[in-house]
Amino acid sequence: MTQPIVETRGLEMRFALPTHFLSREKPVLHALNGVDVSIQPGESFCVVGESGCGKTTLGRAIMGLLAPSAGEILFRDQRIDTMDERMRKPIRAEMQMVFQNPYASLNPRRNVFDTLAEPIRHLLPDTPAAEVREQVESVLAATGCDPSWQRRLPHEFSGGQRQRIAIARALVTNPAFIVADEPISALDVSIQAQILNLLTDLQADRGLTYLFITHDLSVVEHFGSRVAVMYLGQVMELAETQAIFAQPKHPYTRLLLEAIPKLEGGSFDKPRTPGELPDPVNLPVGCPFAPRCPLADARCRAERPKLRTLANGTQAACHHTE
Amino acid sequence: MAMLEVQDLHVAFPRGKRDEVEALRGVNLHLEKGERLGVVGESGAGKSMLAFAILNLIADPGRVSGGRVMFHGENLLDLSERGIRGIRGNRISMIFQDPMVTLNPVLTIGTQMIETLKAHRKISDAEARKLCIERLKQVAIPSAESRMDAYPHELSGGLRQRVVIAIALLTDPELIIADEPTTALDVTIQAEIMALILKLCRENDVALILITHDLGVVAEVTERIMIMYAGLCVEEGRTQDIINAPRHPYTAGLLKALPQKAGRGQRLYQIPGSMPPITALPPGCAYNPRCEFAADRCRATIPPLAGGVACFHPLQEEEAAS
Repeated sequence: MTQPIVETRGLEMRFALPTHFLSREKPVLHALNGVDVSIQPGESFCVVGESGCGKTTLGRAIMGLLAPSAGEILFRDQRIDTMDERMRKPIRAEMQMVFQNPYASLNPRRNVFDTLAEPIRHLLPDTPAAEVREQVESVLAATGCDPSWQRRLPHEFSGGQRQRIAIARALVTNPAFIVADEPISALDVSIQAQILNLLTDLQADRGLTYLFITHDLSVVEHFGSRVAVMYLGQVMELAETQAIFAQPKHPYTRLLLEAIPKLEGGSFDKPRTPGELPDPVNLPVGCPFAPRCPLADARCRAERPKLRTLANGTQAACHHTE
Repeated sequence: MAMLEVQDLHVAFPRGKRDEVEALRGVNLHLEKGERLGVVGESGAGKSMLAFAILNLIADPGRVSGGRVMFHGENLLDLSERGIRGIRGNRISMIFQDPMVTLNPVLTIGTQMIETLKAHRKISDAEARKLCIERLKQVAIPSAESRMDAYPHELSGGLRQRVVIAIALLTDPELIIADEPTTALDVTIQAEIMALILKLCRENDVALILITHDLGVVAEVTERIMIMYAGLCVEEGRTQDIINAPRHPYTAGLLKALPQKAGRGQRLYQIPGSMPPITALPPGCAYNPRCEFAADRCRATIPPLAGGVACFHPLQEEEAAS
C-alpha cells in the first residue's frame, strides 16, 4: 500500500458526563474505543453505523474539532492532534468538511461570497484579494452554482443548492481530503443523486480523498471504495466495499444489510430479534455487540474481540468469523 | 362501498389578503378494509397535508377548500368537533414521525395509555391497565408491566415508537395513518418497527396509509402506492407494478436515481432541478420543467389522472425497464 493520507492509531474519545450531586461516580461516555483506520489517497472511505456508534465523532476528531483522549491522528505521516494551532492552519486548508444539514452549516446572515471567502482569508491569509475572488468563482462553477449567487443569502436557496454551496466552501482552499458527514441525508430523494454525482465528479477532477460518513448502506455500495462498520465506538468490520456486500463477515454487518428495505419486498417478513444499543456509559466487558448477537457465547461476553485480518483480506472484530 | 374514499380534496393557505395557494390541488384516494397504501413524495409534495386533511386536522390559517372525505359513507369534513373525536384516535389512529412529540413528557406511559382508552371507551381503570399491558406486549416491549410506570425520556427512540404504535392500536382502529413513522430511527430499528406494523396490520385486518419518502420501505410494506408531486397524485397503482414498470417520468426518475440502480463509482441517473414550491407552480404539469418528454401541451394543461397516471406521455413498459 502507498502512504496513507490520513491515519488514526488507537484513537479514543471519552466525554465526561455531568455528575449527580449526591453521587461520587464520574460517569464517562466512551464515544471511540481504539479506532485504527488508514485512508489511502484518492479513495472514498466510508464509515457506516447507527446513531451513537461514534462515526461523527471520528470525523470530527480527524478534523481537529474535538481533541482525542488517547491515540494519534496523522496527516501524511505528520502527527496533527498534538500540533499547535499556528502549525496546523495550513494543514486545515488541506482538510475540509461538509456537514449534514445545509440549513445549519451556512451562516444565515453571510452572503455566499463571504461564506466562501472566509476559509481562504482565515487559513491562507496571504492570498491577494483578486485571487480570492477568482478562487471563489472557480469553485462555484465547479459545484454547479451560478456566479450570480455570490451576493445572495442562504435563505434564498433550496436544500440542494445550499449543499452545493457548502461543498463549494469545503473546496475553496483546494483541500486534498474531505470529511463528508451524512451530506445527503437531509436532502430529498431526487436531489440526493445530484449531490452524489457532484461528489463523484469532483473526486475525478481534483483527485480528492473522501471520508464519507453515513448510515445508509445502499449509498456506501454505490459510492465507497472501502467501508468501516462501526458499533459503539469500535470498528467491527473493515473491508473493500464489494467484499462487505458479497461476504459480510461480522454478525452486525449482516444485521445491517438485512435491515435495508428492498424494492422487491419480502425482507420485513423474516423474524428478527429486537435489539437496542447498549449504554455507551456502562459498556459491556466483552464484545459490545454480544447482547444482540445470535452467535454470542461466554467468551464473547468476557473478552472483547480485536480486529483481525481474515483470509479474504477483510478485517473483522469477532471471535466467530473465519 | 370503500372504507375510505377521498374525493377531489383541496387544501388552501392564504397568500396576502385575498389570494390563496393550494397545497393539495384535488386528490382522490380509495382504501378498502385491511388494505395497505403507500403515499410517496418529496418534502412539500403534500403527503402529510393529505393525512391531516383526512382527519380534518388542517390548522388555521389553512383550510380544506374543497372535496369530501367519505369514511364508511360519512363525510368526515361535515362532522362536528365532537363527532370527529369519535373517529379520530379511535377508529382511525395516527402514528407520527417523532415519538417524543406524540408522547407527553410529564406523564407516564401508563397514564397516557389509560387516558386514551378511557376517552373512547367506558372501562374501569383495572381493565384499562390490563389491556394496555397486553398491547405493550403485543408490540414486543420487554417487561411491559414495569414500563407502564416509565416516563417517555426513560425509553430509547425505538421503544418510544413502539409505545406510540401500542397507543394507536389501543382502540382497535380500522385504519392507521402513519406519517414517516421510522424516519427518525436507525436502520435496524426501522426494520423492526416496520416489520411490526406490517404484522399487526395483517393480523388485525387493519388498513394502513403509510406516508414516506422511502421507496424501499413502501415496497416492503404496502400493496398499492400513490406518488405525489406538488399537491397532486401523479401516479397510482399496485406497488410492485409501479416499481417494476413506472409510467410517470417522475416516478421512473426517482427509481432510476436510487444508488442501488447504478454500478459502483458510476454516475447516478439524476432528475434535474428541484420540485417547485406551491407558491410558484409552472402552468400545466408541475413536473414539466424537469421532464425530458415535456411538450407544449404539458406546459399548457394539467394532465388528468387517467389509467393510474397523470401524464400526456406516459412511459411504455419497455421504456420504463431500460
